[in-house]
Amino acid sequence: MAVAWKRKDLLDLESLSAEEIELILETTGSFKEISQRPIKKVPTLRGQTVVLFFFEPSTRTRTSFELAAKRMSADIVNIQTSASSLTKGETLKDTARNIEAMKVNIIIMRHSCSGAPHMLAGSVSPSIINAGDGSHEHPTQGLLDIFTIKEHKKKIEGLNVSIIGDIAHSRVARSNIWGLTKLGAKVTVCGPATLMPPEVEKLGVKVTYDIKEAIEGADVINMLRIQLERQGQNLFPSIRDYSMAFGLDAGKMKMAKKDVLIMHPGPVNRGVEITPEVADGPYSVILEQVTNGIAVRMAVLYLLSGVKERVE
Amino acid sequence: MDVILKNGRVVDPANSMDTEADILVKAGKIAQVGKGLKVQDARQVDCKGKVVLPGLIDSHTHFRQPGREDEEDFVTGSRAALKGGFTSVLCMANTNPVVDNKGVVEYICSEAAKAGLINIYTVAAVTKGLEGKELTETAQISAAGAKALSDDGKPVINPEILRRAMEYAKMFNLPVISHCEDPFLSRNGVMNEGLLSTRMGLKGIPRAAETVMVARDIEIARLSGARLHIAHVSTKESVEAVRQAKKRKIAVTCETCPHYFVLTEEAVSEYNTNAKVNPPLRTQEDVEAIKKGLSDGTIDIISTDHAPHSAEEKDVEFDFAATGMIGLEFAASLSYMELVKKNVLDWKGFAEKLSINPSRLLSLKNKGSLSEGADADITVFDPSGTRKVEISSIESKSKNTPLLGRELAGTAAIVIVGGKIKYENGKFC
Ligand SMILES: [Zn+2]
Repeated sequence: MAVAWKRKDLLDLESLSAEEIELILETTGSFKEISQRPIKKVPTLRGQTVVLFFFEPSTRTRTSFELAAKRMSADIVNIQTSASSLTKGETLKDTARNIEAMKVNIIIMRHSCSGAPHMLAGSVSPSIINAGDGSHEHPTQGLLDIFTIKEHKKKIEGLNVSIIGDIAHSRVARSNIWGLTKLGAKVTVCGPATLMPPEVEKLGVKVTYDIKEAIEGADVINMLRIQLERQGQNLFPSIRDYSMAFGLDAGKMKMAKKDVLIMHPGPVNRGVEITPEVADGPYSVILEQVTNGIAVRMAVLYLLSGVKERVE
Repeated sequence: MDVILKNGRVVDPANSMDTEADILVKAGKIAQVGKGLKVQDARQVDCKGKVVLPGLIDSHTHFRQPGREDEEDFVTGSRAALKGGFTSVLCMANTNPVVDNKGVVEYICSEAAKAGLINIYTVAAVTKGLEGKELTETAQISAAGAKALSDDGKPVINPEILRRAMEYAKMFNLPVISHCEDPFLSRNGVMNEGLLSTRMGLKGIPRAAETVMVARDIEIARLSGARLHIAHVSTKESVEAVRQAKKRKIAVTCETCPHYFVLTEEAVSEYNTNAKVNPPLRTQEDVEAIKKGLSDGTIDIISTDHAPHSAEEKDVEFDFAATGMIGLEFAASLSYMELVKKNVLDWKGFAEKLSINPSRLLSLKNKGSLSEGADADITVFDPSGTRKVEISSIESKSKNTPLLGRELAGTAAIVIVGGKIKYENGKFC
């Protein structure tokens, strides 16, 4: 392997090098094999404590991390709270210092504010894994998306990957953009102009408001979840209008390449950003993403734990 | 005892003076300015190599008294001012209670006098409770001593109310200081909108949020015929709008703050809440435009927008952190380093932006100049002085500044207020 893992935390993909990303992907491959065994447990993290520190409700990501940690024999503590409950007195840093004082090894953190994991990483000693911060990044989601693409396409470099939906508020989009462009993919982002973050083209992606352009020639189409709460903020006129222009259905799929992969970070709003027949259709790898999510998170836990022996 | 400042470089734009001279201070006033003054019974202070300026005046300060004395009060704020070379400050009205009636104005005037270190002036709110709905009782407020009107921290959203407030203020020759921010465009924003906000996943504040209000307020100034002063200009477009308004002979002045010509939005990367400020730090292009505006006279004043915040308000998630940074202790050094040393302003320009222009804005009699008979408020600035910004040496009660760790060049050596030396070589007197 070209590089060794040196970081204390996994906060984002923006700051990782292509080599570091490749290292995680390679490590993921060996952990995926464990998930396919009849007894899916290895002692790699025995004696280590992993805290799931979630400030935002999340079933999927939390469950995925929890399973990853359990399959590696870590002790797990769940702390679920909301960002607003902290404003009553104890600050985020206070809470984190308390957790630190309990001598834990890794804190997996989700927070509705961008940068919250970065703030903690600088002030407490346990490793921090960002499990999604505001509209900023969701690095393990980006990694599992890239791993899934690579499994199918054998490479990332030169692939055309289109990300469609609410780019502005999407941490999944940002992590995918960084990871994919670092590995040499050509990324197109597509969505309504109102949901396009300012100057996003400067991240080295192509921007289009025409879904046809995003579908044609794409090797991978990653459909983002549209937050239904955005309705009424005048970010788009209505769900119906959004679906017509940016929803992926069988009709639009006719423009796609024959070997396209359809991805979605879940949970899917069926009939809004993607129709059930496409989400469940032959090109969809949505469930594989879920399976790979556990392997990616095992790899990340392993690398951050600093444990040398991977698998017994 | 009288004081004589010997052989300093005396810079006094009011008298077109920039020459080595002596200044005699007697009974709180400037008694005499000239070369080789010979006086008995006066304390001689050697100012060779130093720049002697009319006392610096900050037209935009938040001292948090009344209401948040845990963050700053008149005494600690005054000490910060003195350390930074300021002899007078203008406090904004967004305290608790708000400075929106005669009683609070009187309270501030009397408490400030008790602190007794510098001249502390106050603005009063344009509208009661800063709510943008009902005009404050301007005649009474003016009689009680308020020097300007401002809802700073917020814009007056309703342009009709702003128009009436300005028309009314005109009768008392009070300027209206406008915090130009369209709250709809800036809603939930925490930093400048652009590539960096996209990368950081933070909600941006578009530059237009400032510019549309600058343009609107200029038109209302024209309509009302009153004096408009635009606070903390941060964008290239605002500078241009003011430049055009001045060409049209509209009674508009404006200020910027050192952080808008020293820092860019890059200071918030790493989610540094000490660099979170409103309006937000912008781009290098804006920094250049602001420097241009300072050098061509479009921007009249350098103010600090000194905004103390407790660690509890800053040491939190970026979205939740309070906006603002302290500035009184650093403004003169930063202006020297970024403007004088880099030939954006000469010393005359420095004295204009930091003393005479603010004194004119606020109609402060006998301040802003070193004329014989003027109040003896004098700042002796040492260009060779240095300071490292460290928490332990900050006078302000609050330590929120993105400059921590920076080396500053140029310090206030001696600060005289009302004829008395209040600060000398790092010590308060
Ligand atoms: Zn303001």
